[in-house]
Amino acid sequence: MIKLQINGQVREVDVVEDTPLLWVLRDVLGLTGTKFGCGIAQCGACTVHVDGKAVRSCLLAVGAIGNRAVTTIEAVGQTPAGARVQKAWLDLEVVQCGYCQSGQIMSAAALLAATPHPDDSDIDAAMAGNICRCGTYVRIRAAIKKAAGERQA
Amino acid sequence: MTIHTVSGPSRALSRRTILRAGAAAGGGLLLGFYAPFADAAAANTSGAAPSDGGPFAPDAFIRVDRAGKVTLIMPQVEMGQGVYTSLSMILAEELDAAFATVAVEAAPPSDALYGNPMFGIQATGNSNSVRAFWKKLRQAGAGARAILIEAAALQWKVDPASCTASDSEVIHPPTGRKLGYGALADAAAKLTPPANPPLKNPKDFKLIGKPLRRLDTQDKVNGKALYGIDMLPPGVKFAAIAACPVFGGKVAHVNDSAATAMPGVRQIVVLSDLVAVVGDHFWAAKQGLEALDITWNDGPNAHVNSAQIRKDIKAASEHEGAVAKSRGDVEKALKGGDPIEAHYEVPFLSHAPMEPMNCTVHVRPDGCDVWVGTQVCARAQAIAARVTGLPLEKVTVHNQLIGGGFGRRLDVDGIEKSVRVAQKVDGPVKVVWTREEDIRHDFYRPIYYDRITATLKDGRIDGWKHRVTGSSIMARWFPLGFQHGVDIDGVDSAIDEPYDIPNMRVEFLRHEPPAVPTGFWRGVGPNNNVFAIESFIDELARKAGKDPLDFRLAMLGKTPRLKTALELAAKKAHWGDPLPPRVGRGIAAQISFASFIATIAEVEVDREGEVRLRRITCAVDTGIAVNPDTIVAQLQGGLVFGVTAALYGEITIDKGRVQQSNFNNYRMLRIDQTPPIDVHLIKSGEAPGGIGETGTTAGPPAVRNAIYAATGIALRRLPIDREVLAGRKQP
Amino acid sequence: MNWFNRLSAAKRTLIVIAAAVVVVIAAVSGWMVLGPGPMDFAGGRRVALADYHEADPTGVPPELERASLVQRGEYLERAADCRSCHTAVGGTPFAGGRAFTISIGTLYSANITPDKETGIGAWSDAAFLGAIHKGIDDEGTPLYPAMPSASFTGMTDADALAIKAYLFSLKPVHNEVPQNSLGFPFNQRWLVGVSSFFFNPDRRFEPNADRSAQWNRGAYLAENLAHCGECHTPRNLAFALDNRKKFSGEFQAGWRAYNITADKESGVGAWSAAELAQYLSTGHADGRGTAAGPMGDAVDNSLKYLTPGDIAAIVSYLQTVPAIASTDLPATKASPAPASHREGVVADGNPHGKQIFEGACASCHGWTGVGPLTRYATLTGARAVNDPTATNVAQIVLNGMARDTPHGKVFMPAFGNAYSDTEVAAVANYVTARFGAQPSGITAKQVAKLRQEN
Ligand code: FES
Ligand code: FES
Repeated sequence: MIKLQINGQVREVDVVEDTPLLWVLRDVLGLTGTKFGCGIAQCGACTVHVDGKAVRSCLLAVGAIGNRAVTTIEAVGQTPAGARVQKAWLDLEVVQCGYCQSGQIMSAAALLAATPHPDDSDIDAAMAGNICRCGTYVRIRAAIKKAAGERQA
Repeated sequence: MTIHTVSGPSRALSRRTILRAGAAAGGGLLLGFYAPFADAAAANTSGAAPSDGGPFAPDAFIRVDRAGKVTLIMPQVEMGQGVYTSLSMILAEELDAAFATVAVEAAPPSDALYGNPMFGIQATGNSNSVRAFWKKLRQAGAGARAILIEAAALQWKVDPASCTASDSEVIHPPTGRKLGYGALADAAAKLTPPANPPLKNPKDFKLIGKPLRRLDTQDKVNGKALYGIDMLPPGVKFAAIAACPVFGGKVAHVNDSAATAMPGVRQIVVLSDLVAVVGDHFWAAKQGLEALDITWNDGPNAHVNSAQIRKDIKAASEHEGAVAKSRGDVEKALKGGDPIEAHYEVPFLSHAPMEPMNCTVHVRPDGCDVWVGTQVCARAQAIAARVTGLPLEKVTVHNQLIGGGFGRRLDVDGIEKSVRVAQKVDGPVKVVWTREEDIRHDFYRPIYYDRITATLKDGRIDGWKHRVTGSSIMARWFPLGFQHGVDIDGVDSAIDEPYDIPNMRVEFLRHEPPAVPTGFWRGVGPNNNVFAIESFIDELARKAGKDPLDFRLAMLGKTPRLKTALELAAKKAHWGDPLPPRVGRGIAAQISFASFIATIAEVEVDREGEVRLRRITCAVDTGIAVNPDTIVAQLQGGLVFGVTAALYGEITIDKGRVQQSNFNNYRMLRIDQTPPIDVHLIKSGEAPGGIGETGTTAGPPAVRNAIYAATGIALRRLPIDREVLAGRKQP
Repeated sequence: MNWFNRLSAAKRTLIVIAAAVVVVIAAVSGWMVLGPGPMDFAGGRRVALADYHEADPTGVPPELERASLVQRGEYLERAADCRSCHTAVGGTPFAGGRAFTISIGTLYSANITPDKETGIGAWSDAAFLGAIHKGIDDEGTPLYPAMPSASFTGMTDADALAIKAYLFSLKPVHNEVPQNSLGFPFNQRWLVGVSSFFFNPDRRFEPNADRSAQWNRGAYLAENLAHCGECHTPRNLAFALDNRKKFSGEFQAGWRAYNITADKESGVGAWSAAELAQYLSTGHADGRGTAAGPMGDAVDNSLKYLTPGDIAAIVSYLQTVPAIASTDLPATKASPAPASHREGVVADGNPHGKQIFEGACASCHGWTGVGPLTRYATLTGARAVNDPTATNVAQIVLNGMARDTPHGKVFMPAFGNAYSDTEVAAVANYVTARFGAQPSGITAKQVAKLRQEN
């Protein structure tokens, strides 16, 4: 049994240690908001927060997490940055098919938590690991700026 | 396919839509409508359509319940294009329903009831959802509104003409009386909708034309939205599959001793052409699959390779094709001038939607449930029925949100494979493709080879001969669309290219690549044609010594909508303003999917041949813009999709195998490479055009022409070859 | 010289090269024959194995003393790592056919399964010993120097024949390997004969009587089985190992085998014994980097199977190899890069490097260089990112890596098929600048060359 702290709850799962967190979230715990896109840390669809940092859950072995806090898209709205990002995403209609957006939002929320006023290069550095096949990049950039602006207001 | 379909939209749309009202289960109004065209084309794929006198099918299109909630049973699938919202808006507009009370429900499979009027089958594709349902939904909304008004008028004993409707209420202005739709629904259900309800004058639209919030986005930002891949029916197991890496190969032998011993692995399913491992979760299944020792029988295709395919299609393209369109006297025009010839080529492409292929299936002796996101719901049902041998009505398809379709989910190969696996599994099983499996077993956008010859006269094009050589997807997917040697999709945007050219001929030459399955890919036929045509137009402009903008504008006299779009795009893109060295602007002008769109890309090419996108500007006249913000979003996204392919997209084959596998070698544009994209909508009173694929079609030629302007190098093949741009390789 | 002038320019060049090679061999061979053997650096008294009174440094470790001949042979085969070279990419182990593209042409490794026609199934013990010790095949024809017989020559007959017994216990695989394709003069096998006459002493292992049994065991493993020097010791003009520069590093098959002498800055002199042992047995040592490429293969196919005692022996031997500084290798930088993309060294003038890094690399390697997902992805302290030639960084970017470590499968995708030479060079230069001691300046042209060499 491996103990994990997920979205403020302790969850115990019976899987081998090298199982990536992604599949534990999706298939064992039923938290399907975190998506599978590539499995090789190239697309960002599986992004979650571990102690507030954006990481790719498809290559993060559950055995390596220990008692660090995992936050997923289902709970990121409870963080101030996450809530602002979600609102900006809706206000600017970022979403198309939406499949990549859990990961985009997790990356953006981690960015804003660490860098409240990101400029374009900060956005590039934090978001370039997230692929959107629908091509919502222009709006993602705008929405991050909007979410950052709303904090000042 | 947009305008010239054999049994196409003009016929379907001109037919009368039949409206029928009835009582909904649990009370309220049910309103069904269909165009008779649908049953003719679709009778072979699913149950019979309701006829005028027949029993009223429960799967109606619209429900108004006693609380006044309006539900649109959505025939089209949502894959990011905003169709749930746009179609709801059209309905709510004519129904005068409060938009907040409108909800959508995914339609069950039935070509007869939910057939797309432009295909005759239940399909979402070809950028036609709004085009196809525009009139139908307006008539349905207006018809429902009419009987709701009639019900109120009967109750008030007034003339229906003295009543009006707004915000889901019928109002009698002289007396100020009001009744909500919910209160009227039961009474309206007993009335007969008018045969031809009057439609609103577009200037009275209250919803259409307003940028409305999409209905499907809330749950897509909090992780609650469910896609096919998220299905977890009770007791579900997870399967990873591997088909023979060589197209058409079979399983020869499987040694599963290592795999069965792995934790979480439950079952190994070996079928003739594929192997699946079923596990407690996908990781276990995938690990099990990797531990299998599979010997494949590669079959006859193990020698297939891209170099040969390219050679073959080039050779094939020397032959004459079937004439798709002819005007004037081409031969004479070509003989009379100094013909200029160029060849263009586009590669195989994979769809790579963000949501990898997947399908969850539960096969029981007496029925089958399929959970999937598909663009062809009725075909999904039909294939599951065929594999299981169950009657259609025993197969339930639960259609889900789609994490990117792009044409991939117009094919049901994944459903077929999953049902075959599920037949061997006790209980529900979710089959998920790894990204590698997804890319290596796609239905690829075909390779095309285009030859165009033209002559110039007085700085304008006089003769134009265009031969498109390539796969006919229609012949496989929709045989009606391939007749007399012409694939209507293969020549789309070539037979209706926009310029005033007195003598022209367009030919289609079917040439199927060996072994490689081909399918529709966002932008479909126009992708290839617009790339070839617009690239060649730029080369001709240079030959004629003209500015590419002026050269085009001078020949757009008969296409004023495109001319206006091009002028606007040029103005917004500051066409003609000086640029730094190695920076260029490039135009793509096109009519596709009944939209008129002009795009200008501005790029920089460095000495190493690396291309940086600086800005993309586009102007579009797509007729009445139902939800303008969605249109802008679709163009932005479509451009990224197209530009991605132009810069990087190519599937290559070696030894019968696809060489690409994941995003490390099938590369995607990322946010840090994406330039600002400005989209300008032109106000228009015309019927709406298609928009989901136009941007994709526009991106590659605009970028290619910008590179041409920046470097003088005329690239004729996609993807863009950076070695050529660096001067290390001949074009 | 009329005939000479009539030849094509290419042929003339080749003849000149051939002549040069012969002259060089003649000129330097005297010096070389007198050159040091691989263990000579240690001084001391060399004795015949029979005269060494401590525990026998050859054979299998104590754990396997009671094992069958085949099992002992398997262990020794692991230590000698026959399979890395004698297995084609994606092919059956030991069935040969792996291509080695070297500057003079392409060599293919032999099928060493017991198939009678295409393998070594018909070979006698003597023929097998000839191949191992002298580098000649069953017909007496010299094998090309890709076969490290100058190292294997020290192997005892018993150990070599145990390996043979193991190989003969495998399933025969019928696999005709392609002909070697070498340009003149290197297709002249007699040249190889000449060179091995000089460079292969054809002598079995002689322990150093003044050293411990552990050291001698390490020497036997490192020199005569694991053949470390074949990659890590520079070669002279005639392709022979130059033990004057023992273990000081060499470029080999497109990769750089680093300096593993005791030099503190450019070698492994600053590594603790535990770090060396961890690296050898797992292909990773925290703060020292992760093995990839040929060294990754060496660990996964060979070293990770050795007992802790044998690994310790190799380490104790390795630590005595005299320090030689590689002047072009700086001391590795041990501190992580800043967490922000804005801070730290940035490669000048080339925006592509950072752009590629942020899109394709940062998710696994982090902006700090400390892998957020797995320690195997940590770049901090790795020799490769502290190598101003950036050879290995570029190779890994091009080809990725797939390791089967004791901690499970670890991989990096290959980017070579979708990223241009310019881009690979740019990202390699960015990575060395950000995470290493000094920025590299690898060019697109050099990357193009590396693509050919793999
Ligand atoms: S699924 Fe993890 S990055 Fe793509
Ligand atoms: S919204 Fe569809 S992939 Fe990003």
